[in-house]
Amino acid sequence: MSSPKSTPPLLVVKSVSKAFPGVLALDRVSLELMPGEVLALLGENGAGKSTLIKILAGAHRPDTGSVHLRGQEVSLNTPAEAQRLGIAVIHQESNLVRGLTVSQNLFLGRERTTAGFVLARQERAASLELLRRSGAEIHPDTLCRQLTVAQQQLVEIAKALSQEARIIVMDEPSASFTNLEVARLLAIIRDLKAQGIGIIYVSHRLDEIFRLSDRVMVLRDGRHVATRPISEVNREALIELMVGRQLENEFPVRRAERGEERLAVEDLRRGDKVRGVSFSIRRGEILGLTGLIGAGRTELARLIFGADLPDSGSISLDGRKLKIRNPRDAIQAGIALLTEDRKAQGLVVGRSVRENFGLPNLPLLLRCGFVRQGRERSAFARHVESLRIRISHAEQPAQVLSGGNQQKVVLAKWLERNCPVILFDEPTRGIDVGAKYEVYLLIQELAAQGKAILMISSELPEVLGMSDRILVMHEGRIAGEITDVTHTTQEQIMNLAVGARSTASLIPSLRSAVIE
Amino acid sequence: MKTPPSQFLSDYGIVLALLILCGYFSWVTFDWQHPNGTPAAQPLAEELIRNFPAGTRVLIAAPEGQDDVEFAHSLANRLRNAGFLVVETITGQPALARQALERLARAENPPHLIACNHTSAGWGVFENLGVKFPELASASLVTPRTHRWPSFLKMDNLLNIANQIAVIAIIAIGMTMVIITAGIDLSSGSLIALSAVVSTLLIRDFAGAENASAIGMLLSCLAGIALCGAVGCFSGFMVAVVGIPAFIATLGMMLVASGLAFIVAQGQSIYQVPDTFVWLGRGANLAVPNAVLLMLALYALAHVMMSRMALGRYIYAVGGNPEAARLSGVPIKSVLIFVYTLSAMLAGVGGIVMASQLKSGAPTYGGMYELYVIAAVVVGGTSLSGGEGKVLGTLIGAFIIAVIQNGMNLTGVESYTQKVVLGLVILGAVLLDMLKRKRWNVKRWFGRSA
Repeated sequence: MSSPKSTPPLLVVKSVSKAFPGVLALDRVSLELMPGEVLALLGENGAGKSTLIKILAGAHRPDTGSVHLRGQEVSLNTPAEAQRLGIAVIHQESNLVRGLTVSQNLFLGRERTTAGFVLARQERAASLELLRRSGAEIHPDTLCRQLTVAQQQLVEIAKALSQEARIIVMDEPSASFTNLEVARLLAIIRDLKAQGIGIIYVSHRLDEIFRLSDRVMVLRDGRHVATRPISEVNREALIELMVGRQLENEFPVRRAERGEERLAVEDLRRGDKVRGVSFSIRRGEILGLTGLIGAGRTELARLIFGADLPDSGSISLDGRKLKIRNPRDAIQAGIALLTEDRKAQGLVVGRSVRENFGLPNLPLLLRCGFVRQGRERSAFARHVESLRIRISHAEQPAQVLSGGNQQKVVLAKWLERNCPVILFDEPTRGIDVGAKYEVYLLIQELAAQGKAILMISSELPEVLGMSDRILVMHEGRIAGEITDVTHTTQEQIMNLAVGARSTASLIPSLRSAVIE
Repeated sequence: MKTPPSQFLSDYGIVLALLILCGYFSWVTFDWQHPNGTPAAQPLAEELIRNFPAGTRVLIAAPEGQDDVEFAHSLANRLRNAGFLVVETITGQPALARQALERLARAENPPHLIACNHTSAGWGVFENLGVKFPELASASLVTPRTHRWPSFLKMDNLLNIANQIAVIAIIAIGMTMVIITAGIDLSSGSLIALSAVVSTLLIRDFAGAENASAIGMLLSCLAGIALCGAVGCFSGFMVAVVGIPAFIATLGMMLVASGLAFIVAQGQSIYQVPDTFVWLGRGANLAVPNAVLLMLALYALAHVMMSRMALGRYIYAVGGNPEAARLSGVPIKSVLIFVYTLSAMLAGVGGIVMASQLKSGAPTYGGMYELYVIAAVVVGGTSLSGGEGKVLGTLIGAFIIAVIQNGMNLTGVESYTQKVVLGLVILGAVLLDMLKRKRWNVKRWFGRSA
């Protein structure tokens, strides 16, 4: 991976190792980053990416090996030191103070003052320039709590620029972005490249990596597997490098037969988020639901589940009208919702995995108000085995698990409940390629059992690969329905998602919806 | 299923702290013990019966305190039964003893033995007896055996600790549950007063005052507890349904309940209650005081509820992550209303125990108690941010506070100094807990990045 170019590398990491009790998180990993280069960092969860990032951010000190900036060896002992040396790390979850304005956040801790008074006007002017450079169309006086996740990331980039960062490390910045937002981000990154900034980019989204990176580096089990120019690898090769084995397909083959109508939603409305949505799902059917963030997908699922109350509309299951006032009613009626944000909504992370598993199932496990713990344990053990959840014991707090395993615990708790309708909201967000495939298989299996499945996803390949039928939402309404999934392209879906009622909505309706 | 050592420490570290405290106070209060009353009289009598023949003449002298008199009479009875001649039993001032000695010196048959307890043995009259009264030179002074034992570990003292902490510990059960739901209940102290006042008032006005029957008292007390429950239910409603922060809602109810107690009692103490009213607070039908038995029973029930019942799981889940709990079908509003109601009812029970201990009800009861209760919960390892904590930890926490207070009383620490020490102990306990958690967090973090 030595570079033949004459310019010296911006950053050199030489044979860095880092051990934690019981594990070798990084084993003699090296990398080089040139000015104006985007280096994609790939690997499954637990491959050592975050450890490497934390070393660069000054949060960890390596056991052996060294870090060189512009030819000089540096020691990054604290995050402040790393920042001072021009390394900025942008995390998946932003670190902005939500109650302050964008401009105040940009200069937080480095306020421009005279005699203790903040020179707000000067800061605002500087903020405008920084925001322009980072490609964000945001007013500096906006409160950060009013920003979307994508906008917050842009402010973080602006903040990195304000610190004169020469190296920006982005840890899954696009995890909760829609495709449109991703496109914007990529444009901004190209702009940063042009300014000579070196970028290390971590993402699970292979599409992005092919679109923006110059080289790609793959880690597995703490070891460096390969670093290649992006032009020399393809998607399959990358997946193979990451998981260390060959995946035949990214998506399992559909088998389930579709039966009669199971869930029917009629004219559901809530404010301007969901404006009159009607659809139905049949037994054994996987209905994909996509659209831009803010299109009302999650809000729709929450209405069906009773997490929010609709202004009007009706929901029926197997022809029977349901009266749902809260999630408890929905669960009793037979509807499950696997939320998009596991930590905030899916798990009580401080409690044990067993207790989390039991939570929705307690009504079925009770005798006179007492939990039949033996039954609970054996049921959980069954799911741990069938889902291959990696835990050391059932009393482990949920927060110690990796994202994929957390998702599996959430899956386990709802599988045990055995609801005929399951709503998945971004079921594979933040989990690695291997685990993704397992989740796909499971969804297919649930469909094969005759359950009706709604799968919300922003990842178009996933929507196209998994769904029997696709609904696209735009501004609270169904913008289009795609019945012939096999002959639809991502561009057609995007057209619907941005609200352009173009040919995409017409083409599928001309064809018969036969799959297999 | 193995639990890691850090888990063991977090579960049992608090017990260890309590044991260390007990050990420390046992060590500093290790001293000569001078028994008194029947416990001193019995062994002394046995010893005399073994060493002296029947017909031995004995003079018994003791001061006039309750235990002293008990010592004198108990000893006299036992010796008479064994055929000894108790020539005289003196209970009173040393002057009485002097008169008796003068009388006996002139008598035909002077006593062979003079039996005293620790106090009377030190009286000046008995010094140089042979010089003052040559006739009594042959009489020897006998006293109960003394031994070395920590004052702290005397059974009386231990029961005293348990009895003193009963009120706080009972209320702390409910407070633990409230804090586990990430709430707080500031109204407990005022509810002690409300419950004490309302119950004693009902006994005075409706159950027949000093002549009230057991049933009448029971119903009055239940009414007091029920009223507290209603107040708690209202706080719970404000928190769960209206969405007022628990701190504010219960702060409001704290003022309301305290004011109500003063209004109801018209600012007076209510002491027109039967003597049997103290059964709960001071009585001890078994070896242990009744209030302590009640406390232990309530802890056992609460522990079972928190660890085995769905309700307990729900309480932890609501505190740990209310949104995830709701989306898992947990009726979070009902759970919250339940814990506030229960907390208030237990405060009501605490008020009854206190009224029974003091044999009256006054609106000034329970001032600042909510803070001691919260301290017990926090020292017991429950996190104020909710989701974790154990009821039994709270019991230990309450005992730690009681043991420190009692130990400082025994070693003669001033009450103002005691406050300072107690405050520092609470801070120290929480600090230790945080340090322990932090290390654990780091480990957890290692696990994820690996």
